[in-house]
This record gives sequence, structure tokens and C-alpha cells, in this order.
Amino acid sequence: MAAASDLWAAYSLRWRRRGLLARSFARHRHLTPIFDRMADVAKDAILCFSTIRNEMGRLPHFLDHHRALGVDHFLMVDNASDDGTMDFLTAQRDVSVWSTSHSYKASRFGVDWLTALMMRHGHGRWCLTLDADELFVYAHHDLRDLHALTDWLDITDRPSMGALMLDLYPRGPLGRTGSKTETDPISTIPYFDAGNYVMIRQPRLENLWVQGGPRARTFFHADPRRAPTLSKVPLVRWNRRYAYVSSTHSLLPRGLNHVYRTDGVEAPTGVLLHTKFLPEIVSKSVEEKRRRQHFENSDLYEGYYDALIDDPILWCDRSTRYHGWRQLEALGLMSRGGWD
Amino acid sequence: MTLGFVLLVHTAFDRAEQVARYFALNDCPVVIHVDGKVRQRTFRDFRARFKDEPKIRFCRRSRVEWGKWSLVRATQVASERLLSLFPDVRHVFLASGSCLPLRPVAELRDYLSTHSETDFIESVTTDQVTWTVDGLEAERFTLRFPFSWRKNRRLFDFYVRFQRRIGLTRRIPEGVSPHLGSQWWCLTRRTLESILQAPDRVQIDAYFSRVWIPDESYFQSLARRFSTTIESRSLTLSKFDIQGKPHIFYDDHQPLLERSDCFVARKIWPRADRLYQTFLDDTRPQARRSEPNPGKIDRVFSKANERRGQGRRGLYSQARFPAPGLENGLTCARYNVFSGLEDLFEDFQPWLARRLGGRVHGHLYHPDRAQFAGGETVMNGCISDSASLRDYRPEQFLTNLMWSTRGERQSFFFGPNDRPEIGPFMARDPNATLVIVTGAWAVPLHTSNAEFEEVKAEAARLQRAELAFLRELRLPGTAARLHLWNLADFIAQPVEKIQNFMQEITGPSPQRLTELPPMRDLSGFPAFLQKLRNAGMKPQVMGDFDGR
Repeated sequence: MAAASDLWAAYSLRWRRRGLLARSFARHRHLTPIFDRMADVAKDAILCFSTIRNEMGRLPHFLDHHRALGVDHFLMVDNASDDGTMDFLTAQRDVSVWSTSHSYKASRFGVDWLTALMMRHGHGRWCLTLDADELFVYAHHDLRDLHALTDWLDITDRPSMGALMLDLYPRGPLGRTGSKTETDPISTIPYFDAGNYVMIRQPRLENLWVQGGPRARTFFHADPRRAPTLSKVPLVRWNRRYAYVSSTHSLLPRGLNHVYRTDGVEAPTGVLLHTKFLPEIVSKSVEEKRRRQHFENSDLYEGYYDALIDDPILWCDRSTRYHGWRQLEALGLMSRGGWD
Repeated sequence: MTLGFVLLVHTAFDRAEQVARYFALNDCPVVIHVDGKVRQRTFRDFRARFKDEPKIRFCRRSRVEWGKWSLVRATQVASERLLSLFPDVRHVFLASGSCLPLRPVAELRDYLSTHSETDFIESVTTDQVTWTVDGLEAERFTLRFPFSWRKNRRLFDFYVRFQRRIGLTRRIPEGVSPHLGSQWWCLTRRTLESILQAPDRVQIDAYFSRVWIPDESYFQSLARRFSTTIESRSLTLSKFDIQGKPHIFYDDHQPLLERSDCFVARKIWPRADRLYQTFLDDTRPQARRSEPNPGKIDRVFSKANERRGQGRRGLYSQARFPAPGLENGLTCARYNVFSGLEDLFEDFQPWLARRLGGRVHGHLYHPDRAQFAGGETVMNGCISDSASLRDYRPEQFLTNLMWSTRGERQSFFFGPNDRPEIGPFMARDPNATLVIVTGAWAVPLHTSNAEFEEVKAEAARLQRAELAFLRELRLPGTAARLHLWNLADFIAQPVEKIQNFMQEITGPSPQRLTELPPMRDLSGFPAFLQKLRNAGMKPQVMGDFDGR
């Protein structure tokens, strides 16, 4: 009976969620508060959570971009940076910093740490969980800030909003794009794949599993199943009983994964502009390959790192240049979902 | 003549204060009803802000639930208080804390003084118009609604169905003719007093307290009873989306709101600083004004509703991933699939490309790679020609290709040698035009120089694949436009048949087909078929060649 197995799935997922929460709660001991400014943060503040390691190249623009969107406070977990990231963060007035030198992989790629922080500070607030190489955009983001968006999500009874991770890349070889890192990364790597995304609905967590883009096209064409997951649910009105399952791709309770519509209508969705392929990717890949911290089965991804270290070209003559959210909406990569 | 405002407030007190003060400053008295759910301390603080303002008064608070009788009750209480405190008020304007005047209130006052006997209230009779989002119109007045639509939807629906089945109805009181309309109105003192002081008000109120969403029907129906002149429209611009949630106006709507020439709009986002700054500043340069025209805004929003209501056809994304059966079109545009003709004619693909225009691909589902037109390795949208990427999600390969090449006619070849997984999808897709000559794949085989045993094995394999595809085409639910012949039938009168499907694809054209690409030599074909038969195979899909 379908209904019975569904009940069973719901029941076992509940225990899985409890397990994740317990695990995260235990991991909060790994975190040392460096600068905790949460006492001054308003009740209706919009929070941004992120785990980072050596991101000085991206952080200034990351903070500026999301400040402009209306993020009121950033909660950052610094995983043993040694490039001045920590000094930079503690100098920001709207950033609270925790530090840890424990294993990123053993903390489910930082999710355990963030879940612990969200449990403590995110309850009842709208939380945006991002990596430092992701820039969140949504319909009207140039004119309406995140408060406008989250107020509307509240009114329309939506507790979460999904986004597609859109890999940006330069025109030439990845490592040889002349650029200064402090400038806007979007102008350094303005190209993306517009229409090669494939997806299925995953029956258990009921999330949409989207793959494709330039990485599937260049690195994973022999084994597309291994291509990176591009669907995320970064914006959630948090409750201390919620838990992200794998990165921010899906979460529990699974109703929060229903950010897409199955009745032919378009739900409101955003895009995460993924700035992973800034020139430093080549040298970073050498380090990441050595650290083996980024994938569950690191051996399977050796080839991927080798390809990146080879300084490949992702660009092709069908690549599209980024011109803003209206373009993304016209291409069908995001939708305003009735928010006019 | 004076205009008075009833203001229903439950949140965003700063904005409510700003608007109330603006009205008072312009000689318009205001009575504010603050929702009973608001904490006593918050309420006292709020009330204390208006100590110095005699034109702004408060009324007894009650807990208000939107869409319930309590909302009407609060409106009644506040209106009574306004009418008794300010005897010179001639028109009462019902507004909420998230309303914003779009034109100086003096203009509204002038407008009302030239319509001193007119009640502005949208009031539509239930048996003539279907205007509500959810359908229940006349039945709002004749059924009972003890269960909450929002919290107990199933019970609500069940009880409505139950009453319909049993034939349970309520009697509509004498003198009430059911009308519906926007809950935001502007009534004359005479009409409003008649409603509030009606001798049978107790019975009327008791009846309406059990009507569904009485704030859209109480005043709207009773105005019909007492008013002399009803102008059936609301002076308040308010829009609803298809789920019945109000549209919210932001700073970037300013030009749109200005063009509407409406007097008041809702709902305004409380943090829309620029809207409040602009529209509450009476010294701003005034445009030449005309009658309120919400229609201008309607056009913009109905487009939005349409997109939200249907979604873009053929789009599969993080926003729209329709369940089977709810796609409203599997693909976004029509496309053409040819099977067999390229084996029968020489250089058929370039000929077809010249005739059809658009893009004519080779075998998109070829086992080695997707043969894009012009030998390209990447198509629009960066769709790769890699066979493994394509075969990972073969259906989305096609829907993506169609989506990324919108506006350009796409055609491709598909035969028994190709990956078969896409077959059932194309069969179900009404956008697909399938032109199939079965058995034509055998034409190149019969002139092949390979060993006969190999040729035979190959023929058996291709025939099996083609028969499987033909079975799929015969399944119920097949929606593709189908032009299907076996080889023998097709070569009997090929020009006429090609003319026929070309006309369907490109639309009627006066030109007759004159030149066809050269057909391959079939003189040895019947003998080839016989040879296959003699070797133990049974050629089924080529049709009858015995008579030749």
C-alpha cells in the first residue's frame, strides 16, 4: 500500500532528522565564538549563514552583494583560514564569527556546524544559507530587498524558496583570466550554460535533483550521474527542528523541499550565481585534491580535480553572457512565481 | 462637506499613523479600529501618539479575523463612532492600515462633493456574474459554513457538498438581495446610517454573521436596499492573485500607481519608503487628472496572473516540474520527426532543410552521438552532443533542445537504429509530427556489400526495433500527428504523400512539389526480401512487394 509505505518513510525520516539535529548539537562544541554580535540583532532580521576557508578573494564582494539584498547579519564559521579571512571578518560590524579547526568533511561539509548555529540563532527568522562562492539573485532583487521577498513568502504561506546553482565561467582557460579578485566576480567570469539542465524528483525526500551545466558537459559526460547537484533550498524561515540533509540541496521535514510546483504552474525561485571558477580555482584544486575534504568518495573525483588542474576551457560558442535576473527569467532558469 | 475615514489596523502601526495624520491634517476625521489581537500595551502606546490630534479617535477593539463576521462588526462599531463624533461627515471611506492615498485627499473630497448622493461600492449580483476566485457565489448566502476554509479545507468542502446533496438551504431575510463586491467602499452618511439604524438590523446581522466572507457581502447587499445612487466600483485599487492573496505594491510600482489615477491603493508594503514619501507629499507636481482607471493596472497584473496560472508550456525547471498528466503540453513547440525517408532518398536531409527551413538535424538519438544540424557539437543552451549525457535523461534532452531553440522550427531523424527510449515520449506529445515509412531501413541494406549472414542479423535487429516503436504508437494516449506508411505503399505515390505532410508542417502553399531528391534504386529489392525469407527471416514492415 502506497499510503502505508509513505507513512513509514515519514516516520523514518523523522528519526533521521532527529539524528541530524543531535549530531549537529554535539558538534557545536567544535565551534569557538570569536566575535558574537547576535545580542544586537533584531527579531525580524534576515540572517546569512556560511562556512568558509580561505575566501579573502570572494568575501568582500560576497558581503557587499548580500548586504545590498538586505541581509541584516552574517553568521560565519571559519574553518582554519590562513589568508587573513578572520581579520577581515572580525572588522565587519554585521558579521559574527565562529572558528573551528575540525574536519570539514566529518562535519558533513560544514552543515553540522551551521545547523548548530541555526538551531540557536535562526529559530523564527528567515535564514539564507550559502557558500562563499554563491551570490543569490531572485526576481526584482535590484529593486526589492530580501525583506520584501520574505514578507511576500510569508503572506503566500511559503516557508522556503529554491534556487538553481548556475556555474559561471570565463571565456578563456580558467586559470588565465586576467583579473583582480577584489572586483566584481561576475564581470570576470560572466558566462553560463543556459539550457542543458536535467532533473528528476527524488521520491524519498521529495526534492528536485537538478544536474547539468558546464561541469556535467565537460567533466562528467562519461558518467552524468556523478555530475554535481545544482538544486538548492537556500532560503528558509527557520525552525530549530529543521535540518539540512546534504549541503543545502534538501532538508527535513521534507515538505520544505516542495519549492517547485508539480501542477504546471511556476513557483518563485532564485538563482545562485556560482563563482567557483575564478582563476584561483586551478591552484585551489591542487590543494582540495590533496585535502580530500569535498566529496564523500574522494577517489571518484580525482579525475575531476586533475581536469581542473589542467586549466580547461569551459566556454563554448553557445555560452550565454550574464545580463541580470530578467534574462535568467526569460531563459526559464528562475521564475518570479506570481510576485509582481 | 467633510469626508471621514474608518481605518482598520492590525500591524505596521508607523505607517497607519503616517496615513491617519495625513488625513487629519487635511481636515478629514479618522476613527481607527485596532485589532483586539494586538497587545494592550502596544495599543496604548499607539493611541497615546494621537493625544494632540482631536480629529483622530479610536473605537472599542474587538478581535478580527479576516473573512469573518468580526471584521464587519469592527467596521460597524468604527463607523457608528465616526458618524456620532463628527456630525459634519457626509461620506465615510473604509480603509485599512496598509492603504495609501495616491492622489491628494483634497481631490478625493472635491470628487465626492460633486457626487454628494453617490455611494461608491462595488456591488455585483450573484446570479449574473462569476467573479470570485473559488466559485462559491450565490451559495455563500444559502449554505452554512461552520468550518474554516483555511484551517479545515476538507471538512469545509465536505460540508458544502453534503448540503448540496441534501438540499439544505438557509432562508435569505426579507429585503436582502445578495450582492458581492470589494470590501473597500465609500458610503454616504445617509446610506450608512440607514444600514446601521435599520429596525430589523438584529435579524439581518444574525443572518450575515453566518454568511461566508460577510465583509464582501454585508454592506454590498444592504447598500442596494437603502441607497439611491450606487456607483458599483471601489475607489480603492486592490488586486488579487489567483489564490485570492492581495497583490502588494512596492517602490518600483510607483509609475504604475501614478498612472492608475485611483484615489487610494492597497496593499502597500510597509517598508516601501518611496511610495509613502511620494504619495503623502501634497506639494509634489500634479499631473493632469482624469477619472480613476484601475484598468491600466489590470492589464499588467492579468498578464502576471496568466503566467502564474499556467506556467510556461514546455519548461522544466526548479520552478516548474509538472507531474505526469499536468504538463499542459510536453514540449514548448511543434517539431517534426522523419523515419525512413533518408534511407529511401539520396541526400534527403539537405533537400528537407531547403524545403522546411529552421533546423534539420540528423539522427539526434544516434547511438554514437546526437547528430546536430551542421555537424555542431554543442547546440543552443550549451546542449552537448554526448550520447551518455543525452541518454541519461533522454526526454529532457528533447524538451531542453526545444526550449533552447524556441522560435525556430526543429526537425530530426529517428530510426530503428537509434536509442529507442524517447519513442513513447514522442508518441504522447501532440507537438510531434511523425513521418514514418516503415521498412525503409532495409533499402541501404539490400545494396550492402557485407556478408549476407550479417545483413540478415542486422535486418532482424532493425525490424524488431521498428516493430517495438510501432507498438508504442498504437498505445492509447498517442497524441502525435502521425503519417505512417509501409515502404511498398509509400513508393506507389511518393510525391502526393510528401506534398501532403509538407503542407501540414509548413502550412498550405499554392506551389506544387516539382522536384524530389533521387530515389535509391529498388529494382533488386523484392529479390532481397525473398532471399531474407528463404534464409528464415520474416520481413513484416516493408509491405507487399510480391506484385512487382
